[in-house]
Amino acid sequence: MAKDYLFEIGTEEMPAHVVERSVKQLAQRTEKFLKEKGLKFKCTKTFSTPRRLTVLVEDLAEKQEDIDEIKKGPAKKIALDQDKNWTKAAQGFARGQGMTTDDIYFDKLKGTEYAYVHVKKEGKKTSDILLGMSEIIKSMTFPTKMRWDSHDFEFVRPIHWLVSLYGSDVIPIKILDITAGRKTAGHRFLGDSVVLANSSDYEDALKDQFVIVDATKRRKMIMDQMNKLVEKNNWQIKPDESLLEEVTNLVEYPTVFAGSFAKKYLQMPKEVLITSMKDNQRYFEVYDQNGELINHFIAVRNGNKDYLENVVSGNEKVLVARLDDAQFFYDEDRKYPLSHFVQKLDNVSFHDKIGSMSEKMKRVTIIGDFLAKRWLLDKQVVSDFDRASQIYKFDLVTQMVGEFAELQGVMGRHYAKLAGEKDDVAAAIEEHYMPTTSEGNLPKTTVGSLLSIADKLDTIITFFAVGMIPSSSNDPYALRRYAYGIVRILINQNWSLPFNNVLPEIVSALENQTPAKLPKKVEQEEEISLFIRDRIKQYLQKNNYKYDIIDAVLASSQQDPIQILAAAKVLQLHHDDDKFKPVVESLIRIKNILKKAKYKGKNIVNKDLFDNDTETQLAEGVNDLSKIEKLADLYDGFVKLQPVIDLYFETNMIMAKNEAVKNNRLAQLSDVAQLSKRLGDLSKLVIK
Amino acid sequence: MAKKKLTIQDMVFKLEKFWSSKGCMVMPSYDVEKGAGTMSPYTFLRAVGPEPWAACYVEPSRRPADGRYGDNPNRLFQHHQFQVVIKPAPENIQQYYLDSLKELGINTLEHDIRFVEDNWENPSMGCAGVGWEVWLDGMEVSQFTYFQTVGELDVKPTMSEITYGVERLASYIQNVNSVFDLEWGNGVLYRDIFKEAEYENSKYAFEESNQEDLLQFFDVYEKTAKELIGLNLVQPAYDYILKCSHTFNLLDARGAVSVTERAGYLARIRNLAHEVAVCFVEEREKRGFPLLKKAEDKKAGLENG
Repeated sequence: MAKDYLFEIGTEEMPAHVVERSVKQLAQRTEKFLKEKGLKFKCTKTFSTPRRLTVLVEDLAEKQEDIDEIKKGPAKKIALDQDKNWTKAAQGFARGQGMTTDDIYFDKLKGTEYAYVHVKKEGKKTSDILLGMSEIIKSMTFPTKMRWDSHDFEFVRPIHWLVSLYGSDVIPIKILDITAGRKTAGHRFLGDSVVLANSSDYEDALKDQFVIVDATKRRKMIMDQMNKLVEKNNWQIKPDESLLEEVTNLVEYPTVFAGSFAKKYLQMPKEVLITSMKDNQRYFEVYDQNGELINHFIAVRNGNKDYLENVVSGNEKVLVARLDDAQFFYDEDRKYPLSHFVQKLDNVSFHDKIGSMSEKMKRVTIIGDFLAKRWLLDKQVVSDFDRASQIYKFDLVTQMVGEFAELQGVMGRHYAKLAGEKDDVAAAIEEHYMPTTSEGNLPKTTVGSLLSIADKLDTIITFFAVGMIPSSSNDPYALRRYAYGIVRILINQNWSLPFNNVLPEIVSALENQTPAKLPKKVEQEEEISLFIRDRIKQYLQKNNYKYDIIDAVLASSQQDPIQILAAAKVLQLHHDDDKFKPVVESLIRIKNILKKAKYKGKNIVNKDLFDNDTETQLAEGVNDLSKIEKLADLYDGFVKLQPVIDLYFETNMIMAKNEAVKNNRLAQLSDVAQLSKRLGDLSKLVIK
Repeated sequence: MAKKKLTIQDMVFKLEKFWSSKGCMVMPSYDVEKGAGTMSPYTFLRAVGPEPWAACYVEPSRRPADGRYGDNPNRLFQHHQFQVVIKPAPENIQQYYLDSLKELGINTLEHDIRFVEDNWENPSMGCAGVGWEVWLDGMEVSQFTYFQTVGELDVKPTMSEITYGVERLASYIQNVNSVFDLEWGNGVLYRDIFKEAEYENSKYAFEESNQEDLLQFFDVYEKTAKELIGLNLVQPAYDYILKCSHTFNLLDARGAVSVTERAGYLARIRNLAHEVAVCFVEEREKRGFPLLKKAEDKKAGLENG
């Protein structure tokens, strides 16, 4: 009869962020192990707290199924060699069935003799197989593992006990000096250890000992208690899934409580308060009905309601000490003008191999000015950018950011505004870090967008120049994310930037302006353009463009995200039109002919050499198309031109005997090909 | 609360008595400046090699950059740590720790006590460990670590280190908002002993220290430490490494070390720390790891009744 199998690993307190994923890992490994062993079961369930990882296998069969089968092997003439010895094939066949060559017999099938074995095996008992669960403990992986005592064995934290119960039977798995039994530990302070009679007693028995082993139930307890508090006080809280998961995995028995602090601290920037509460103390911040941050917090205790007043006042005291500290930094920082901090950046390293933050800011000013000129940004934007780029890293040396590193940018904006900087300048200081994740929010202001791009470009250029280039698996400075951010901002602002053309110009603008090493010409500049092009690809993939369209547009002569995206849009839009196939085919035909003729594309079309209307028509068509700016219109132009091209081919012999005529026709086709390159390399399109 | 509050010295007495009962030697504070109890030779050197070790002690810990002229209620140029190190770590070391809190009058049922992940690292000494900060009603009152590497050597058997923040814990027990209001013992307040020193040390570290001299000190201390390691003179070599470390901290507080140079200085200290750790183990080995032998004799004696 099938029974439930309970397996619990009891440890010292694990980090909150590993609990959930580790118990999933335990369940997956257990399922895989049981399937490999051919043991049937209904399903697995997981339980977890900071001190335990548990899997419960429901309806686990009592033994493997018996085997009684005839297995056919190789033909006799292959199984035996000339001397009637067993061949490798025969030996392999027998071994594969868990038998030896002694078990082989021959039988005829359709006139040929074959080797056979009769496999008859009684299924192993589950209780024996489960002893192998110790291997599962050994195979588990964690972000950080540790040794303890004198053991070489590593786990996330020291293991203290194991429960291994198949129905009511103990399966005495061994690991180090621990033998699994039926005794589990209750809550560290409120509970006692408890002996389980049966695997199915687990959840209830531990509940009596103040341990809610089901993480989902624990989470719900927290949510319910929190909602009650919020309703009672007419407050609001903002949902924060990751904090909720963390507090769920910091406690075995949750009790939610609220605390408060003096209103005077609310005068500090709200990010400072939220960081103090959330990141440092794992509290939920509280808002009033209008969405304004107020002087209360909600936290979760690992225990029951007894003596809750001690816990509340203790937590309040801790928070106030933190806020006092923050207030001290806030007051100190505001005693100085921004220039005081900016000056200090001479001594702050951007990177050992590259130079100081001051030097970086100087380069960023040059890059931003160059781009602003290119994009014809208005004077106000340029002057705001110039101001922002000369100060934007200053908050790194404020005391507040020294203490709360996660507030970089936020404090910069805040202090800049207090110092009387313009709104756009202040906003840009915060926005230059954006996007902070690959799909994170983009800068809203123009100045912020420009500063963000210039800052990231500088980082990529200087890192590549000193050879710190991301490998496929290793990108410690998140250069990929920066490059992807640049692509997204360019597209968002509709700023054209053909990297392959512009990078050399940027690098030469920096020459002799900075002690930092710059990329060597050509090679490295190409490397950087390719690096950015891969991010454009990522963008197109993320936005569901067809793979052949992506390949085609990335081969465009201009490595400009705006142009490439526009080309991809046009091609994707018309991909399924009736006209798409003939248009693309006629353009590909031109490309192929030029390739075959090894045409270098130097000639200018000479109308005097025309001998029929089709040539004139094509020349006129090309002339019309070359005036088109938008790629969408260009495609429509090709649709119109397609019959002209076809007629041209029908009427004219391209490879004419007369060399001058031949070159003139190739020149005509080349003009068309040049135009089509604006869309990319169309031969990469898959046309059905 | 009518109950008389524990003074700092009462607290220390209780912790010393408790940990002594768990087999720890009660050691005096070590007499060279250092940033943390971990840097005492009673922890750093004894962590490496196979010999067992169990000790506890109060360690004055100087962090020049944390100096606030005695103006900030919770930040100090010099604070005190109560350090407990046991190797190999006892299986129930967490429970010992909780029992020690009870000795201080902190009943675990009346508070919220948590072990929150905090993996400790001291790159300048080549040290790393896995463990927690212990929260008492949301306040970090102790650091609890299983050393994994010290001086860039694997710590085996593993050593457990518990560091109580003396002022933090006392502020909680005595329920004061400023460390300067703590009672040290016999009616004398923390401010009466340390307030002036906080001001003077901060003034020195932030305004009066001579960078040129400090840079020179660092070089001389480093040179001396290297020479002494070359002569296998572990203890004096280690003292000069501590002086290097403290001198670096003074330079750092002064803002005299750029981030770039910082990495360089840390690497110089780390190299010395590694060399001295290796040297210490070699010297102990020459003497046949005396404490290991003692522990084995003791164990054999117990088994033979």
